[in-house]
Amino acid sequence: MSALGGGGGALRNASTALAISSTESFAGTPSCHTKRVRRPPGSFYWLHAVTPAPPLDTTTLKQLVFVSDYAESMIPPEIGPQKSSSQSPRSPSGAPFLSISVTDPVKLGNGVQAYISYRVITKTNLPEFQGPEKIVIRRYSDFVWLHDKLADKYKGIFIPPLPEKSAVEKFRFSAEFIEMRRQALDIFVNRIASHPELKQSEDLKTFLEEDEEAMERIRSFETGIFKKPADLLQMFKDVQTKVTDVVLGKEKPVEETDPEYEKLKHYIFGLEDHLTETQKQAVRLVKRHRELGQSLSEFGKAIKLLGACEGDSLGKVFAELGSKSELLSIKLQKEAHNLLMNFEEPLKDYVRCVQSIKDSFSHRANAFRLHCELTETTKLKEINLEKLNLMRSDKTREAEIEYRELKAESEEATRRFETIIKRMNEEIVRFQEQKTAEMGLAFHLFAKGQAKLANDIADAWRNVLTKIEAYSLSSGHD
Amino acid sequence: MRGRNATPAIPDPTIPPRSRARPRDRRCILASATLILSSSPPEGHGGNAAMMGSEVAFGFDSPPETEEMESLALSDAPPTVSSLPAAISASSDGDLFISPPSALHFPLSSTASGDGGDPAPSTASSFLDPPSYADIVFSPFDSQNGDDDNGADNGSMLRRDSSPRSTRAARSDYLKISVSDPNKEQETVNSLVPGGGTYFTYLITSQMRFGSAANGDGESEPVEFSVRRRFRDVVTLADRLAEGYRGFCIPPRPDKSVVESQVMQKNEFVEQRRSALEKYLWRLAEHPVIGMSDELRVFLQAKGKLPLPTTTDVASRMLDGAVRLPKQLFGEGAAAQVAPQEVVQPAKGGRDLLRIFKELKQAVTIEWGGVKPLLVEEDKEFLAKKEKMQDLELQLSTASQQAEALVNAQQDVGETMGEMGLAFIKLAKFETDQGIYNSQRIRATDTKNVATAAVKASRLYRELNAQTVKHLDTLHEYLGLMLAVNNAFSERASALLTVQTLMSDLTTLNIRIDKLEAASSKIFGGDRSRLRKVEELRETIKVTEDAKSCAIREYERIKENNRNELDRLDQERKDDFLSMLKGFVINQVGYSEKVANVWATVAEETSSYARGNS
Repeated sequence: MSALGGGGGALRNASTALAISSTESFAGTPSCHTKRVRRPPGSFYWLHAVTPAPPLDTTTLKQLVFVSDYAESMIPPEIGPQKSSSQSPRSPSGAPFLSISVTDPVKLGNGVQAYISYRVITKTNLPEFQGPEKIVIRRYSDFVWLHDKLADKYKGIFIPPLPEKSAVEKFRFSAEFIEMRRQALDIFVNRIASHPELKQSEDLKTFLEEDEEAMERIRSFETGIFKKPADLLQMFKDVQTKVTDVVLGKEKPVEETDPEYEKLKHYIFGLEDHLTETQKQAVRLVKRHRELGQSLSEFGKAIKLLGACEGDSLGKVFAELGSKSELLSIKLQKEAHNLLMNFEEPLKDYVRCVQSIKDSFSHRANAFRLHCELTETTKLKEINLEKLNLMRSDKTREAEIEYRELKAESEEATRRFETIIKRMNEEIVRFQEQKTAEMGLAFHLFAKGQAKLANDIADAWRNVLTKIEAYSLSSGHD
Repeated sequence: MRGRNATPAIPDPTIPPRSRARPRDRRCILASATLILSSSPPEGHGGNAAMMGSEVAFGFDSPPETEEMESLALSDAPPTVSSLPAAISASSDGDLFISPPSALHFPLSSTASGDGGDPAPSTASSFLDPPSYADIVFSPFDSQNGDDDNGADNGSMLRRDSSPRSTRAARSDYLKISVSDPNKEQETVNSLVPGGGTYFTYLITSQMRFGSAANGDGESEPVEFSVRRRFRDVVTLADRLAEGYRGFCIPPRPDKSVVESQVMQKNEFVEQRRSALEKYLWRLAEHPVIGMSDELRVFLQAKGKLPLPTTTDVASRMLDGAVRLPKQLFGEGAAAQVAPQEVVQPAKGGRDLLRIFKELKQAVTIEWGGVKPLLVEEDKEFLAKKEKMQDLELQLSTASQQAEALVNAQQDVGETMGEMGLAFIKLAKFETDQGIYNSQRIRATDTKNVATAAVKASRLYRELNAQTVKHLDTLHEYLGLMLAVNNAFSERASALLTVQTLMSDLTTLNIRIDKLEAASSKIFGGDRSRLRKVEELRETIKVTEDAKSCAIREYERIKENNRNELDRLDQERKDDFLSMLKGFVINQVGYSEKVANVWATVAEETSSYARGNS
């Protein structure tokens, strides 16, 4: 880490500088270092956002054995649009790729300390990476770290969402929950790896390549010492602005009034409502499938016993019906599981994505407020400076430095705000395309699963029907 | 926008509104729902498309079986098309509950929304894409089945016709029995209970297959009889049948309601009772012996007040009761008077108390005293049968519970599928309205396709469920019939007890005669008073012997009835169970195929999303 003068600058301009760094969430001196260091590459990334990313090799993605139907096919459609837009005559074999799989969840520790660790396998031919394959062990909180880092640095980008923090304690270590989380984490890192900007992130590289101790060190270094002050400063700053607002009694244009943006917000909030509802129903549908499976199995048992009362060949027909009921019960349970993984989970992910968009709304609102404040203050300083100039005060020089700094700061804030807008505009298109592909797939798997289930049911009963008819004939009934 | 408003938008006719609200009520509804179906005569003049009927009837008005179903090798008779219009015309004769089948959709959907106050369908369509929605709800099978409701009803009639139950009905003397037009009437004697002063009478219309026996002309045109009866009359009929047909499995009569009289006034209750009565009467008519009974005919045909005695205990016995008392049961003191007809009746309340005590004592002696009765149940075959029946009852009760749980679970899947479909419809609509990007519109279309499929599937599930309820109701029905079987068995046991009591009486009497004779023989020339006593005892023995042989004959008769009934039940049960299984399975196959088709279409439409991974 190189200590540049920038950090001192931030300290010097007490309130305004703090405002900058805190809204940036890089608050505190050390993060200012990072900021200074990172800025040039930041703009470099920014350029990258416009440049189409090199296509990933889809064939390699299929090597991921552990990934479920849904998870597996998440990636190709996502890459699809980019690939088509940036498709070059280059041969696909030489194309750069980066594919990650999250596998082998293992429970470590005991009691409340217990957690699940995953093996994160990276396969790539990108020169920035250490080698073609790297395996590290990560736990959920490491993924959270990566997410938060990206959320801090790439404001305006819809950071791929993480699965929920923790389920009900009872289910925390259930196989199903672990598998769902593993799948969701897999999707999370692969989304980052396929995102044109995010995949260039240093943090992703750290996450994928650092050994466990190093990872631990980095995390404790950041979260332990610097993260909390940032939060405090943010809070302090928020209170301060509020107080200022009240004291000065000025109505500030805190919210953007761009009608397009308003519409987007309206859309996202509405979408969240609708999705929450559908997801709720999907959860219930899974439950209903399980219950039906359960009832069918018990019905089958009861029918078998009843058939035993009848004895003769009619009893056999009953027994047949009973066994088929029990068989179908298993199929229903299986389909319930498929529904959960391939349909309910994507819907839940959809909801999470929408929430991640909402996060970027608040980043945008913060950036906008800062931009407005600084523009305002800069104007005041400019007027003040002009006054001083006229008065030929000896404070002029000092004021001018202050003004310049503030102006730079303001321009930076404006640029950041504009970056967010630009990113969001791109991201929303990405989001829509991605979700169309993902939901299309989820719908497909759902329909396929339901069709298969219904066909299985029909087949099983048809089988019984032939037995019934054979019985009818043999016993001379009908 | 979502939630309550929208729920009723899927008309949910196969499920009575109450069952949605209170799942625990389902059982009775399921049972009553099927009442109509299985009880109405196959000829289709059930005339019972009243409220309950319509709820269910709707379940059958779309095709339960189309091409897939027909492709199954069914041995069913060809559909009787003529029966359908008959059913409709019979059902539309002015009953206030009746509406023509085509008009059922909306009234029902609004009922489903809760007491009909909600103009649900219009609310729903105001925020949903009206054409597409209507399409989903009202003509979901256009693509698969060009025909309308007619085809469907034929399908269900066809199956009903081929069921063993209806073939039995066809053997019955009665062509038609219908209970309709419940009418509130005022009790002539004012009741002290408020609201207790009124009761309902029902119009019972029946038609004999071969003229009426009343005019003695077997070849004449079937005459239709219409009588008005109240529930109390039905109780009388049941009591008379129980008395006159001991040892038979007499179909159990609908329960007397224990609800308050206010509740009784409710249409819902009246309708439930109406259909229960109709079903009950049909069961009686289908019974090979009871169906031909005078009691039933009198009940169905006698004009005016029901001429059957309400209770033999109070009415007839009060007058000549003292004379007809089975004196031998009072002990040796009373004058000998034979009343063998009395011993053929089981002892019951009132002045039969003494006999009850005696028989009870006898039962206790046998049970606890270790005294071997003179006559025991030794019919091994019967005892084995009895045990089998008890086992059957147990299994039936489990099976019917599980069937109910299955039906509920199936219904839940259907309902949830429908609700999810609806949520997706709204989502699709929202995306369409807000759509800016092309990808969004594509997604909206996909969503709508899935939503439509889900709603279709939900509808299929509901129809399937209505059919499943109908078929599995056989289990409930037989569980009810087990009560009748148990009654028949206990008639047998009580007849046996009467015989045992009389036999033990005889033994006692003989012992006493022996003692008296022994005592008098010690006195030369005999003890006149003792000899007179012996004479008296001998007279009593004679009477008791008569009573005993009478009781034995009754016992044998009941045994015979028991045996015949068990044989009949075994055969009928096999037939009914077979037809239940068949119906259940056929429906499962048919509807599952339809559901599979619905989803296969969607899977096909969306297959482009699943690149290289199928």
